[in-house]
Amino acid sequence: MIEVQNLTKYFKDFRAVNNISMTIRKGEILGLLGPNGAGKTTTLRMLTGYFRPNSGTIKIKGFQMPKDAIRIKSLIGYLPESAPLYHNMLVYDYLEYVAKIKGIEDKEKRYDRFLQLSDICGLSAIMDKPIANLSKGLKQRVGIAHAMMTDPEILILDEPTSGLDPNQIVEIRDIIKTIGKEKTIIFSTHILSEAEATCDRIAIIHNGKMVADDTTANLKLGAEQNSLIKLSLKGALKEDAASLLKSIHSSLDIKIVDPVEKDLISFEVTYSNEGSKNHDFRSDIYLKIKETDWIIIQLIKESQTLEKIFRELTREDA
Amino acid sequence: MKQIKTIAIKEFKDYFISPIAYIVISLFLIVTGWFFFSTFFIFGRADLRDFFSLLPIIFSFIIPAITMRLFSEEKNVGSYETILTMPVSFTDIALGKFFAATLFTASMLLPTLAYPIFISFIGEVDPGPVIGGYIGAIFLAAAYCSLGLFASALTRNQIIAFIIGCSLCFTLTILDKLLFFMPSKIISAIEYIGANSHFTNISRGIIDSRDILYFVSVIFIFIFSTYIVMHEKN
Repeated sequence: MIEVQNLTKYFKDFRAVNNISMTIRKGEILGLLGPNGAGKTTTLRMLTGYFRPNSGTIKIKGFQMPKDAIRIKSLIGYLPESAPLYHNMLVYDYLEYVAKIKGIEDKEKRYDRFLQLSDICGLSAIMDKPIANLSKGLKQRVGIAHAMMTDPEILILDEPTSGLDPNQIVEIRDIIKTIGKEKTIIFSTHILSEAEATCDRIAIIHNGKMVADDTTANLKLGAEQNSLIKLSLKGALKEDAASLLKSIHSSLDIKIVDPVEKDLISFEVTYSNEGSKNHDFRSDIYLKIKETDWIIIQLIKESQTLEKIFRELTREDA
Repeated sequence: MKQIKTIAIKEFKDYFISPIAYIVISLFLIVTGWFFFSTFFIFGRADLRDFFSLLPIIFSFIIPAITMRLFSEEKNVGSYETILTMPVSFTDIALGKFFAATLFTASMLLPTLAYPIFISFIGEVDPGPVIGGYIGAIFLAAAYCSLGLFASALTRNQIIAFIIGCSLCFTLTILDKLLFFMPSKIISAIEYIGANSHFTNISRGIIDSRDILYFVSVIFIFIFSTYIVMHEKN
């Protein structure tokens, strides 16, 4: 559906996007992650034809940018970063204007579409209000209605949930998920849990470079080199417990940490997945401690969170 | 074609939503009305020649004020991204905005039709120069609108767009008054570039294809330049 190859964009001497390539299949939801200024918005702006790349090619449904720019633009619904809209227009007039420009000529059809959109985006109460008077979240909704006006095959959303309240965020996510079944969606976000919850695939951009591009599950799997078990015991002595844990397997690295609650002793046990062949040491620990009269209060295996992966990939020195 | 119309109508309506339109139109009417009628009864001639001779200089200040927001405002607010990512070409956008501004200046001239009607009560008005004058005024306004459009496309700052627009329009207006500074060989060429002589011809009631061609060329050159600026900046 979308093929991007060696995309590079300079702003004067600053290289905002550096050699990004990716392919997005039909019906996929791709989350574009990255810290501030990583090049997410620039990438999206090139996909929508607002910026011209310095080098690289963009092919969408066989059409080439910028030769078939207008064809491509009519395939894409785009929500810009801060949903900039015409402030002195009424919401209804704005939607009417957008619909006309996007080529919905028939008045009846336009009206039906407005009804659908106002249902999806919750606009019915604000149709007669000037856009300048709307809150950020409401503007965002108008922006989403704009993007979905012609029911486009591709939706590109730049931080669609920014400025929305928690209820709206859930609503927008649901919208993305529902329409994502038939449409191709690319959206950028800072919120990792959001990407995890809605995306089929995640691409992480850092300093203009693509540092990861994989399914959410694969991304987590690949990043896991070490496992971490958190253990808290009651009624044990630090030294005794430490040596007992050490006796389970020599490769375990045991660290005494600040207790999670009063009167407890807490440990962090780390081991490399490779050395232990993905063996889960939780059962070993349980069995060992069962032999004593200590009480296990907590025994958790930390799984790698997307947040951790993200931080590792986008560290400044990386 | 449909898109040009949609954009033009939207931009035209925009003028009347904000107070700009009313301020600019009042200012235009007050200034032209004052200058025209303050000497009208002294000369005692039932024609609009003095009114039309005012237009080039007044247009050089009023029209850049009308056109300055066309691109600058959109760039500043960020809606430029919205319009550029919709399925419209640069040409559609530039032409739509150009027609909106021209239509607006035409509607600004509309109330001045009261002048010839009023004068016809007190004297015999020759309709030729009046009709010619209005046709010339529309061409002149359209040419200056294209200049202002170009100035607006250059920058996101409306004040800068206004000043660039003013300088461009003002240059075209006064060029034929600067002729005695020029070497005699290029005088006729410079005179041709200036807008005044062409406008004066038409407003005398002489509609010459050369003058029409001049205005059409100016419009074409500056809309094309606007297109190039849009293309280069994106």
